[in-house]
Amino acid sequence: MTESVASLSKLRRRLARIEGVRSRDVCARLTTGCAAVDGWLGGGLSRGRLHEVMAAERGDAGSVAGFAAMLALRAGAGRPLLWLRTEAAERRCGRLYATGLGELGLDAGAVLVGLVADDAALLKAANDAARCAGVGALLVECWGDPACLDLTATRRLMLAAEASGVTVLLLRMAAAESPSAADTRWRVAAAPSVPLADGTPAGAPGHPAFEIELLRRRAGPAGITWRVEWNRERRTFQQPAGAAVSGAVLPVAAG
Amino acid sequence: MGREGVPYAVIEKVKGAHRLYAVDPAAAGLGIAPGMTLADARARVPDLAAFDHAPHDDHVWLERLADGCARYTPWVTLDAPDGLVLDVTGCVHLFASETALAADAAARFDRLGVAVGHAFAGNPDAARALARYRPSGASEDEAVRRLPVAALGLDGEATLALKRAGLKTVGDVVVRPLSAIAARFGGDAATRVRRIVGAADSPLSPRMVKPPLHVERRFAEPVARTDYALAVLGDLMAEAVARLAEDQEGGRRFVARFFRTDGLVQRLAVETGRPSRDVALVLRLFRERIDALADPIDPGFGFDLVRLDIPVAERLDAAQLRLEGGAVAEAELAALIDRLSTRLGRGRVRRFAPRDRHLPEQAEFTLPAVEAAPPAAWPVPEAGEPPLRPIHLFDPPQPIDSVVAGVPDGPPAKFRWRRTLHEVARAEGPERIAAPWWTPREAPTRDYYRVEDRRGRRLWIFRHGLFEDGRPMPNWYVHGVFA
Repeated sequence: MTESVASLSKLRRRLARIEGVRSRDVCARLTTGCAAVDGWLGGGLSRGRLHEVMAAERGDAGSVAGFAAMLALRAGAGRPLLWLRTEAAERRCGRLYATGLGELGLDAGAVLVGLVADDAALLKAANDAARCAGVGALLVECWGDPACLDLTATRRLMLAAEASGVTVLLLRMAAAESPSAADTRWRVAAAPSVPLADGTPAGAPGHPAFEIELLRRRAGPAGITWRVEWNRERRTFQQPAGAAVSGAVLPVAAG
Repeated sequence: MGREGVPYAVIEKVKGAHRLYAVDPAAAGLGIAPGMTLADARARVPDLAAFDHAPHDDHVWLERLADGCARYTPWVTLDAPDGLVLDVTGCVHLFASETALAADAAARFDRLGVAVGHAFAGNPDAARALARYRPSGASEDEAVRRLPVAALGLDGEATLALKRAGLKTVGDVVVRPLSAIAARFGGDAATRVRRIVGAADSPLSPRMVKPPLHVERRFAEPVARTDYALAVLGDLMAEAVARLAEDQEGGRRFVARFFRTDGLVQRLAVETGRPSRDVALVLRLFRERIDALADPIDPGFGFDLVRLDIPVAERLDAAQLRLEGGAVAEAELAALIDRLSTRLGRGRVRRFAPRDRHLPEQAEFTLPAVEAAPPAAWPVPEAGEPPLRPIHLFDPPQPIDSVVAGVPDGPPAKFRWRRTLHEVARAEGPERIAAPWWTPREAPTRDYYRVEDRRGRRLWIFRHGLFEDGRPMPNWYVHGVFA
């Protein structure tokens, strides 16, 4: 048993050398700030890679955008953020409101929005942007299941991101799961917020809270759900106060 | 400037005291004069309005007026702080006479609200002095002799010395031997006297606006192939860049024109966010522009002229070109913005800027990312508070129906939006946002509520109008979606 494990890791290293890709362990990590999530992810999300964020339902588009914006804020390191959207996404989800992004802790003046006509143009622009090291984080938002967003396209985005070190977040609203070369895939849904304890009138909505599910992960187990809340002052995710940790189904057979 | 009928003055700070720099005719009529302190002036005229002296703005305004005077002659010089000298030799024939030219200029200035005094003379110094001092005289010569010595433009000491010596007008000085004048009051005085009477030349350096850079290539035989014409564009770019480098400038806007033998012109324009001397970068932008054209460039029977203009150029030192570390990343981002703006359109890549307005949809605006960001002060959210503004805004707000309100003035308990029923679990509000009072139409007041439904979705909804007896029920709308 141990021999097969040893030879398996030797084979992996040989493959990595052949592929010429940097080893996953050496990759810098983007922490979420929430210990449970970071622990599971082995330190956090990988920087300079492609990550996919999907909406659980059509009505969760706001939560997906918010979650992605928060991750991008943590990934950005002070550099401007580029948000590419298709016209379809802009029509259905509404236009981005920079004051609202500022309320989440982002620097509203450092957000650039690019509006493209269709999904093919979106991919082309995303590839160009992913190669630009001056971008702090790139968010690519589309609506539906475009045919051109297939395994090859996501692999090309991933390679561009690896070359430049830009973290790319692909936001897919109203889409079904499809094969993708993304490092991690998340499904985000809105979750009831924890009422604030101090001063604010009882019954007011509290800090943004999400239910995030790690659907897929390239090198490791997945399938676990967390409930997190965003702390604007510290710009981190945290466990909502007083809520029970919801650990969902763990995969039966470890990898 | 100022309200109608209220006298006003322009003030500046001189040695800690506010003194009047200039006064309007109404104030002058009431006994106020430049040089007075503001306190004295206000004692005489209590409702005197005061504006700060802005010499830079005045200079810019004078330059604009000088630009306008280019219609009369290309030889225009600024006579700071409030004068212009035009050399109209050979230009008067465009008008019936000198008087007609002066009348035309006066009429134009009058339309701008600028009062002008003018004078014609055989040399610039005399003209300058005559326009300012307006001595009477049958001929130009006589008028010049009647000018006070202050018109010579010497410094205060020399003018005072001339007055003390009993020389009050230019005529007094001219009759004295110039060597004596030079010995006693300095060579400068003598030169100015000679210039003002026309005995010596006064150099006048015109304000020539530099024509925009352009390079062109003509072909002896028309070129029928588009790719060859584009290669020539590359050569022209290299030539233009060499000339830009001489002037230490970089181009911001580049326009290429391809002239066909049959008279049609194909025009391509690209712009960069920062001044650039990079041939490869600009050619890449041109290629993006060509790819984005609806129809490919059609040479027809051939091009016989290719021309490159650089209408907008800005200073670009060699020092700015030396990039290190973070500056490289910034330059890369600027190049990316240029490329995307060229491909998608200038208005499709945008950045945000705040605006001081009540209505949420007007509280910010977007501008093209190629334009530099103005310094902006975004509102700072209060610590510990949840987000008060949504991250998505609907334009126009989306109507919701089947509203079941708990309390008529309060937030709804249930509502239907986009075919989904939302049951409100939490709500906060109302935040009352009224239309600005200066809008002519009476727009209803909006009461905004932050609501969260049982599922956790947070929305920003508002009631459009107040709940009053006798009026129809106001409508509800979803304006935005929170994270």
